[in-house]
Amino acid sequence: MSTEAAEQERVLSSEWGGGRSPFGINWPKLMMWLFLAQDTLTFAGLLSAYGVMRLSIGRWPHQAEIFSLYLVGAMTFILICSSATMAVAVAASKRGDHSKVVPYLLLTALGGLLFLGGQYYEWTHFIHEGARLFTNPWGIPQFSATFFITTGFHGAHVALGVLYLLATVWRWRRGRIQPESVEIAGLYWHFVDLVWVFIFTLLYLI
Amino acid sequence: MAEQGHEGGYRIYAVTWFWLLAITVLELAVVLLGIPKVLLAITLIVMAILKAALIIAYFMHLRYEKLSLVYAVVVPMFFLAIVLFSGVGPDALSVFNLRR
Repeated sequence: MSTEAAEQERVLSSEWGGGRSPFGINWPKLMMWLFLAQDTLTFAGLLSAYGVMRLSIGRWPHQAEIFSLYLVGAMTFILICSSATMAVAVAASKRGDHSKVVPYLLLTALGGLLFLGGQYYEWTHFIHEGARLFTNPWGIPQFSATFFITTGFHGAHVALGVLYLLATVWRWRRGRIQPESVEIAGLYWHFVDLVWVFIFTLLYLI
Repeated sequence: MAEQGHEGGYRIYAVTWFWLLAITVLELAVVLLGIPKVLLAITLIVMAILKAALIIAYFMHLRYEKLSLVYAVVVPMFFLAIVLFSGVGPDALSVFNLRR
């Protein structure tokens, strides 16, 4: 009995005993992290399905002949830069360096728009060459299906991210949000960049 | 919580940015080099994981968070990778063997 009481005492006085924040962050940020952990599942599912299909089919069109690696490289460059400007915006909001927050957030949104422009160009080009969701001139229907679905999902994340950033700018300027909200928007934006790292590597380079 | 450099301490982001770009250029270089397919795949995946780690640790600040949050976020991702592989891996490999 006394060991039970001692155990209870031990739990209650630990970080998990209530009244304290065991993760050391507030709930909005924790929720964003949990959302990102589950959104990883979405992309991991798409990318592993691609892996299974590609392995089981055995042949695959040569991507470098179909997509321009320069364009994709430039899009990657833009996304990495926008992630860096986002990191600066978050740090500036936390340090009270308020003149930097809005310009860097807008730069980040601009990076997102440029990325979407590149993707628009790439899709248009790809469709003009005859690629459709379930058919394409290269003889392997799964090739265009994975391309459209995976980059489409990612592009939708970027588009939503741009809206999220613009909403953050608007709310920051009106003084409605704390630096923490900018940081949470930043987590989402970095995640979009993170996913692109894997799409770029697996879909275009390998 | 950034411990280092409160004033003008944006350097860490510039350094991270530089390394992300450097690894990207290396990735493109490796592709243009034309090394064997399996070796290429392994090299590229290692580089991608390195980039991901840089983004998560510095841009997303996970390095400066409490260890409990780090575990809560990173462990599910590894767990997920194992579950996904055990779910779809055998199928992919069995078809691979059938073809041979």
